[in-house]
Amino acid sequence: MGIEMQGYRLDKTMEQHEEAEGWVDEIHGTHPMDDLLRTDRLPHIWCPGCGLGTALTCFLSALRKSKFDLDKVVVVSGIGCTGRVAGYVRLDSFHTTHGRAIPFATGLKLGNPALKVVVFSGDGDLVTIGGNHFIHAARRNMDITVICVNNFNYGMTGGQAGATTPVGGVTSTSPYGNYEYPFNVSALAAASGAVYVARWTVLHARRLERSIHEALLKPGFSLVEIISPCPTGFGRRHKQREGLDTLHYYHEHGVIKHGADPRETDIGLSGALVEGKFVDLDKPTFLEQRSRRLAQALEK
Amino acid sequence: MSDKTHAGVLSGEFFMQGDIACAEGAICAGCRFFGGYPITPATEVAQWMSERLPVVGGMYIQMEDELASMNAVLGASWAGIKAMTATSGPGFSLMMENLGLGIMMETPCVLVNVQRGGPSTGLPTLVGQGDMMQARWGSHGDYAIIALAPSSPQEIFDLTIDAFNLAERYRTPVLVMTDAEVGHMTEKVVIPPPDEIEIVPRRKPTAPPGEYMPYYVAPGEWVAPMAVAGDGYRIHATGLTHNEKGYPATADDSSQWPLIQRLIDKIEKNRDDIIVLEENGLDDAEVAVISYGIAARTAIWPMQMARAEGIRVGLLRLVTVWPFPDAAIYDLAGRVNGIVVPEINMGQIVREVQRAAAGRTQVISVPHPGGGIHDPYKVLDAIRRAAGRKVEV
Repeated sequence: MGIEMQGYRLDKTMEQHEEAEGWVDEIHGTHPMDDLLRTDRLPHIWCPGCGLGTALTCFLSALRKSKFDLDKVVVVSGIGCTGRVAGYVRLDSFHTTHGRAIPFATGLKLGNPALKVVVFSGDGDLVTIGGNHFIHAARRNMDITVICVNNFNYGMTGGQAGATTPVGGVTSTSPYGNYEYPFNVSALAAASGAVYVARWTVLHARRLERSIHEALLKPGFSLVEIISPCPTGFGRRHKQREGLDTLHYYHEHGVIKHGADPRETDIGLSGALVEGKFVDLDKPTFLEQRSRRLAQALEK
Repeated sequence: MSDKTHAGVLSGEFFMQGDIACAEGAICAGCRFFGGYPITPATEVAQWMSERLPVVGGMYIQMEDELASMNAVLGASWAGIKAMTATSGPGFSLMMENLGLGIMMETPCVLVNVQRGGPSTGLPTLVGQGDMMQARWGSHGDYAIIALAPSSPQEIFDLTIDAFNLAERYRTPVLVMTDAEVGHMTEKVVIPPPDEIEIVPRRKPTAPPGEYMPYYVAPGEWVAPMAVAGDGYRIHATGLTHNEKGYPATADDSSQWPLIQRLIDKIEKNRDDIIVLEENGLDDAEVAVISYGIAARTAIWPMQMARAEGIRVGLLRLVTVWPFPDAAIYDLAGRVNGIVVPEINMGQIVREVQRAAAGRTQVISVPHPGGGIHDPYKVLDAIRRAAGRKVEV
């Protein structure tokens, strides 16, 4: 079966050639992550230069290292580019409404506490339209891991401003530059009661994977904020035409400060981009608090 | 009520508030998750659940708002738990978003609306029935819905159980549309022994994980068996239009057609199984009162007065409001001289009655904006008019 392209014809694709020749990597199969991906849904919808592939790889790699029973791991997403993660992972997964991944995840966790529930969604979804759910789940120390991919804008719909867009950020709905103060996602989580908070850019993939692994194993509400390029929606309006330009920016501006006061980690259009593990503390989770209280109250 | 035996079924006779009867009905039906947000006049459902669920092995959580409540209920259902929430008008509005998600993902659950006067904050403590059309059409897009309308605390108990069973049978959210009068009324409620309560369990897949498709509906059936998170099927469910695998299929209308048609048909084409109507005195009737909930109950006195005046009037009470009993009303409209529709809104279900009657008889609305029950004489006057009697203005 060939492919017609503008008058030229490919009798077979390179992939078909590989397949015909039996060139399957003997160690990894077709791709090392294939067993964790719904390969029948590929290709994905993400743009060239997007950071979501790296973010997802780091998650799946950390998940594999966590040794969780993968039949008991659930991924819940909201709406947006990152919201599509739920559709690509070969796990029980739910693609919910805009902003509502966290309460849906809360219901899953409380319905079956044996599940490991991960919310994987974007900044616009989690802290703009879903901000109320985000702070309340952190306040309760609900036993879920939240991975928030922050690209400072609404990528899927064409690069609109949101609650994370830095002051001065030019987007399709802030053509003169954003004049609203943004949320600092990590600081918001820390202030609301999260027991684990870390931020990494997708350039720092090893550290990101390690943080996700830590977060997955941490009882209670854990947040990993992933700073990620959106060349299509945001980068190209900020002299970062390619995803690689944004990675260069991360390389030049990234400053690792473990234990930094989250309030001092605001992200602007220039200046230091502080990353690292900001919060890691022990506090009884929602379910532990509940069990403890009910045991006391219902004791005869 | 200290007896916690029989997995939560408090069999016996009680003097019980409607909202509490609702909560007890849910527990009898096997509900073990309640996610809600306090709102008058539905708060007592949440209060009672917060006390009862922990002692019957269930989970109660007060969410941050009704958007979250509805989502938590859906999440719990996808974890394999029978789940419910209860609210009133303002919260019902917020729940519309994720009622749609529940319909699209085909998630069994129960949503109770103890209606109060609206719109907006309206009359928080006083009765209304103004959400009946919102119940049918409130979430965006096309779908069908099941809505039940109890008239007494006993019926809230019974219909809440029915709602859970219908939710499982048709894999859909089911609405219990009660109101402040019935919810806050305290009356005799009989809770039967557990073995007399019919419970429809969730239908699980039997196919192995490699073969099971979450939205493949076998010939002759209306819904697929439901694998939930943790069952080992690695399912995907989405609010997007999806194919039989549950994968998004949004490039054209090829999946939209069969999906939406089935979501509607599974309810509309099973009207005979779903619809419950109560008839009283219709055999010889020249006038029919068609009503539901508290308005049907308060119509009884004016109907008795009309009978005393020699008007042969009967009642068709819509226990099921959605799907709408078109056929029964069309038939009735061919037998009577007039139909009277009292309801505590400015005329919502009366439009459906007019549509179903198809011009075969006159249909008279008896509206009320909410805040109280009908003046019986207004209902009586409407019955007199429908019977062709002169009415003093």
